[in-house]
Amino acid sequence: MGSKQTVFTHEQLEEYQDCTFFTRKEIMRLFYRYQDLAPQLVPLDYTSCPAVKVPYQLIGSMPELKDNPFRQRIAQVFSEDGDGHMTLDNFLDMFSVMSEMAPRDLKAYYAFKIYDFNNDDYICAWDLEQTVTRLTRGELSAEEVSLVCEKVLDEADGDHDGRLSLEDFQNMILRAPDFLSTFHIRI
Amino acid sequence: MWTAVMAQQLALVLDVPETPGDQDSLELSPYEESEVHDSFHQLIQEQSRWVAEEGLELQQVAGDLGAPASGHQTLLEPEGGPVYSTATLSILASMPSRTIGRSRGAIISKYYNHTVRLRRRHSGSRPILGPVVCSARPSLRLYDLELDPADLEEEEKWSLLVKELQGLPVAQRDHMLRGMPLSLQEKRVLREKSRTPRGKQRGRQGHGGVFCCSQLRYTCVLALHSLGLVLLTCLHALRPWRYALKQIGGQFGSSVLSYFLFLKTLLAFNMLLLLPLVAFLVAVQAAFTPEAHPAPTCTGLELLTGGGCFTHTVMYYGYYSNTTLNTPCGPLQCGPRAGSLPYSMPLAYLFTVGAAFFITCITLVYSMSHSFGESYRVGSTKGIHAITVFCSWDYKVTQNWASRLQRDNICTQLKELLAEWRLCKGSQSTCGRLRRAAVLALVWLLSLAAVLGCAVAVLTFSELRIQSPVVADQEAGLLVLPLVICLLNLGAPYLFRGLATLERHDSPVLEVYVAIGRNLVLKTAILGVLCYHWLGRRVATLQGRCWEDFVGQELYRFMVMDFIFALLDSLFGELVWRLISERRLRGKPEFDIARNVLDLIYGQTLTWLGVLFSPLLPAVQILRLLILFQVKKASLMANCQAPRRPWLASHMSTVFLTLLCFPSFLGAAVFLCYAVWQVKPSDTCGPFRSLDTMYEAGTVWVRHLEQVGPGGSWLSWLHRYLVENTFFLFLASALLLAVIYLNIQVVKGQRKVICLLKEQIRNEGEDKIFLINRLHSVYERKERRSLQWVRYSCPAASVPSQQSPAASSWPCLSAFMAPSLPEVKAGGRRQLNSVRGLA
Repeated sequence: MGSKQTVFTHEQLEEYQDCTFFTRKEIMRLFYRYQDLAPQLVPLDYTSCPAVKVPYQLIGSMPELKDNPFRQRIAQVFSEDGDGHMTLDNFLDMFSVMSEMAPRDLKAYYAFKIYDFNNDDYICAWDLEQTVTRLTRGELSAEEVSLVCEKVLDEADGDHDGRLSLEDFQNMILRAPDFLSTFHIRI
Repeated sequence: MWTAVMAQQLALVLDVPETPGDQDSLELSPYEESEVHDSFHQLIQEQSRWVAEEGLELQQVAGDLGAPASGHQTLLEPEGGPVYSTATLSILASMPSRTIGRSRGAIISKYYNHTVRLRRRHSGSRPILGPVVCSARPSLRLYDLELDPADLEEEEKWSLLVKELQGLPVAQRDHMLRGMPLSLQEKRVLREKSRTPRGKQRGRQGHGGVFCCSQLRYTCVLALHSLGLVLLTCLHALRPWRYALKQIGGQFGSSVLSYFLFLKTLLAFNMLLLLPLVAFLVAVQAAFTPEAHPAPTCTGLELLTGGGCFTHTVMYYGYYSNTTLNTPCGPLQCGPRAGSLPYSMPLAYLFTVGAAFFITCITLVYSMSHSFGESYRVGSTKGIHAITVFCSWDYKVTQNWASRLQRDNICTQLKELLAEWRLCKGSQSTCGRLRRAAVLALVWLLSLAAVLGCAVAVLTFSELRIQSPVVADQEAGLLVLPLVICLLNLGAPYLFRGLATLERHDSPVLEVYVAIGRNLVLKTAILGVLCYHWLGRRVATLQGRCWEDFVGQELYRFMVMDFIFALLDSLFGELVWRLISERRLRGKPEFDIARNVLDLIYGQTLTWLGVLFSPLLPAVQILRLLILFQVKKASLMANCQAPRRPWLASHMSTVFLTLLCFPSFLGAAVFLCYAVWQVKPSDTCGPFRSLDTMYEAGTVWVRHLEQVGPGGSWLSWLHRYLVENTFFLFLASALLLAVIYLNIQVVKGQRKVICLLKEQIRNEGEDKIFLINRLHSVYERKERRSLQWVRYSCPAASVPSQQSPAASSWPCLSAFMAPSLPEVKAGGRRQLNSVRGLA
């Protein structure tokens, strides 16, 4: 691949390799995916680390995220300022966490952040309502939604403080054998 | 939501209270509280040191909160819960459990602690398991989350972490860096800082021996790990029908997929059964052909009846010889060893069938227990709502229609869960319950009567067939009984379905289970009658002929007829029904998983029943399954839609395996055991002619060994004392029962421990809330008092100071902790409730 020398320096590629779960080839592929999102915005030369952000509207229209009910949250969690606009680093970070190689606790940590809609480090009833409404796209009645939330809190809340902490969440994830396979985006 | 309030308030209060005077005031506390609440004091003492640092972080977080938090807070305000003072909130914010997921400082210190431990272990030259453990255990608690008592600034911690990372080998450091929940920029900085000095150091210093060795080990572990991953992916790629299964799973979801996976499992079982049979019976017998029978010409009908020109082939029991095969020298080779290792066909027949059955039994029990372990874990039956909400969305899905389907599935699953829950909770009036019970009893009575009627019909019909024996050239007459039974098997489920509409079950899963149960009773009854007919009646009437061949052919006919009906069913039941319903109702028929799976189980039972009489029957079954897979898949893709009925796929596949094991395999095993031990084999054909029972071949062989010499004496001893003596049988079964009982008790104990631990966690949570409330009221009282004091001393300064609460709160804390126990309890309960209302 002759083109990668012009995009990243050798050092940069090494750096990305060390900090993400990707190989060189995958990093290049992800870069081109990122570049494709906004060809006018993203330069093909990243050796000088330009401060470029791709707006959320473009990130959210990626086929991998387009049909995901939590796409906005994913973008917010991984973006620097929580506004969903992403630099290349954020972009790589996101797919690194979502990759097959990422360990379960890393995935669980970010899943917790994604489901924590109001960023208060707890999944409370309101967060749960948001999650359920997005999962079902409003096909459950309000009463059903609140019942489901009540049940979820009842089941997963270990210390009965009425909301899920990160530990409650991880404890629950431990009992779901297919979490690792579902919290995974193929690139 | 609580922390949102707290953070919001802290954002308003920019300067966070410093608490310089705590230490002095602590000494003043009376002895009785220091006795009771010593630990509490310590906690607060520690936490108050954290206030400064945490406050800074809180500001940051509050700034990050943005719109959703504030919007949410407005929702919360009107509830009018207790509003805590800022000092309380800042202490709460620095509680260890609250800093876990949030602050960067906590993450850094966590990793610092982890690295220190890792390096210590490393220098102690113990095997490096750190990274493996950290990816295997999901709990962050693993990393020693107690905030270090030495109160460090974030920068300090950062530099410490960098230093620690420098001490690690490269591969391990990278692995750790990747797993940190920090952003990529931070990771890059960390990497840059921890890298440069280290590279020089390693180049110069010579004491890298330990490093080198452990690094080698580490890279070996990593290489093995990646090799395992590659092998795993290769295995995955090798799986047959991978793409087809993926397609089905993508379009119809896991429920329909479970049918096809079950079909694949059955295929594997039949392969396992067929391999030893072919290797030790069919191939050997084909190599030593006995004297040729005059083979009748094939007409094509034999494919259906299994008789005619198939009768005297390796297909059936009657073809196998009852002699030792290689004692007379073969025409090609007559080695000196050929005679020394005789191949006795009766023994081979008995042992091969027995071993094949035993292997199947072991595999079946293993896969069943594995499946049970996967889908039912101890104490995990409660988490189903949470798992559905958090873990059921498949992030891989990229197609619009697939995600819509997924959404519908999750929706129906949630609805079903709620329905089940309501079913448990809902109470009916006595009259309604009575009516319901009456309807249930009536429906069950009707369906059992239908089953009884079917069984009686089969019995009388088979008696009729015995009384009017089929003439040899009228083989089509043999097909009448299978046809009748297939018709019964086809018709009765529709009757059951009609009856089930009367019942109006609340839960769809219960409906499915009831339907499966009824169909199972029907099929068991019919097969039971047939077994009686074969072993009880046919053996007596077919005196001169080979009854084993007849039973084998009969089972072959049943299988073929069942297969034809399955094909017709997918043609008419699915294709034609779709053509009709698309015109009329604008909908496609659903794929009835339960009925199709039961058909598969029925076919497999027929195969197991017939293995002894027709060793190639598993091959027929394999062929049948292969065709069925393609036909069903094509029909599914063209005609069907995903089931609207929600379906717990993992539980269902466990149920299917259990059904395959319990009535199906066990029934077949009982049937075969009876045939081997009790029924006299026919005199004219097969490997066991001239014996009283098939089992006698074994005893005859053991006696023969006894006579031949001392070499086989241990075997005869074993036989005499272990097999013929019933005592050991009793002993073995008693041991088995004891083991089962012990296991049940162990599981019971574990469940109890889990309950206790859950209770403990809940109590801790309540304790926490209680303490928080105490803390809050202490500050509140203190604030009020200082306010009064300010008013009293200088009325001009009426603005309450923000610094005051934490300034010197401890005397009043001690005054507060003194009240009698009941009062404390009552107050705690009250405040607990109010906090819950807020949360």
